[in-house]
Amino acid sequence: MHELSLCDDLLGQVVAIAAQHKAESVESITVKIGALAGVEPMLLESAFSLIKVGTVAEQAQFIMQTAPVIVRCRKCDSQSEVAANYLLCSACQSNDTTLISGDELILASVALCV
Amino acid sequence: MCNTCGCNITPGNRSLVMAEKPKKGVTTVSVLQNLLSQNNHQAEHNRSHFDEHKVLVINLMSSPGSGKTALLEATIKRLRESLKIAVIEGDLETENDTKRIQAQGVPAYQITTGTACHLDAHLVHNALHHLALEGLDLLFIENVGNLVCPASFDLGHHRNVVLLSVTEGDDKPAKYPVMFRAADLMLISKTDLLPFLDDFSSQKAEQNLHNLANDAPVIEFSSKDGKGMDIWITWLQAEIDQYQALLLNQQTQHPKVQQDGELLHVQPGNTKFYPVSHKAVHTS
Ligand SMILES: Nc1nc2c(ncn2[C@@H]2O[C@H](COP(=O)(O)OP(=O)(O)OP(=O)(O)O)[C@@H](O)[C@H]2O)c(=O)[nH]1
Ligand SMILES: [Mg+2]
Ligand SMILES: [Zn+2]
Ligand SMILES: [Zn+2]
Ligand SMILES: [Zn+2]
Repeated sequence: MHELSLCDDLLGQVVAIAAQHKAESVESITVKIGALAGVEPMLLESAFSLIKVGTVAEQAQFIMQTAPVIVRCRKCDSQSEVAANYLLCSACQSNDTTLISGDELILASVALCV
Repeated sequence: MCNTCGCNITPGNRSLVMAEKPKKGVTTVSVLQNLLSQNNHQAEHNRSHFDEHKVLVINLMSSPGSGKTALLEATIKRLRESLKIAVIEGDLETENDTKRIQAQGVPAYQITTGTACHLDAHLVHNALHHLALEGLDLLFIENVGNLVCPASFDLGHHRNVVLLSVTEGDDKPAKYPVMFRAADLMLISKTDLLPFLDDFSSQKAEQNLHNLANDAPVIEFSSKDGKGMDIWITWLQAEIDQYQALLLNQQTQHPKVQQDGELLHVQPGNTKFYPVSHKAVHTS
């Protein structure tokens, strides 16, 4: 259950941003998580609801956006949306691909009441 | 990770950044900070400790009981005359593994923190206060037996070795893509048991690895009958040589984990290298 320790970092970042902007409270936070990030979004959300209590983010809504798994082919240069365990190019079946989306684990934005 | 140069903006999240609509009384601050940024900073710090002492660090990951400690015992037996080796153990509940390594006559330090399911860069940094890096050639970190989360945490090491024992089934790379995508080497372990199994195919396991766009070398290995030992040692030695050559050019080695943002940064040290041909690895 490392979602809890990740959440510590997440909350730390949120609290720091809120302080920086002298916010009264945090309305929402938006995180973006890809299927290849190695994090269970539901666990992250429930961990966050536990640790936000008593902080400036206590009322914050947790908005989760999933990132599609997308690869770009080095052979034919096409992009395909694929399954997390099948990262081959859909056009030419090459496995010489780069992941361009799908492993994000990002605090994308924070909405602050100022 | 930095928030000023825009390196966190990837094709995957660009639309998100652009899509913010301001609301009354509410300011939306775009952050784009990796949730692992604290760990990643610590990991880079650890890596500079390792590089300062010119010690190649290998992170061993697998399910519980796939043979990580047995691999280390056999490797140390083989190399202890020629290389200075040490081990950091992530066996959180018992001291068994640490004792097994110490019995081989090399320093081992056990990380004993709670019931964590993975090691992180901070835990490894603490361990460095108890383990002298001076004069070491090779440091192994035996991660917690777990195919799920250890792969997400950079420890500051240079190479990921993922073990897959034949009793686990050849579909594991497809079931745990996060882990196997990170492998710089996949070691199929306990191959002495293959005669007793009718449904494990090393070729299928390798195909599942390749389906993750990972063409890391695959070695079939058994610590019971010594199969694959020479190829494994050859791989290790080649990794040490390559790492030392990178250091001479003021570069370092990164394990195979591409995280968001990093894709846009060129990592000159992160070149691929195949010490043994795929053919040689697979004939058996
Ligand atoms: N037949 C066979 N058994 C092995 C081999 N390697 C390890 N084992 C056995 O598998 C069991 C687990 O081996 P360990 O080396 O302790 O595995 P581990 O991955 O270090 O286990 P944890 O640290 O608990 O995750 C032990 O009973 C070993 O004797 C092998 O190559 N062949
Ligand atoms: Mg062990
Ligand atoms: Zn974990
Ligand atoms: Zn293609
Ligand atoms: Zn330090």
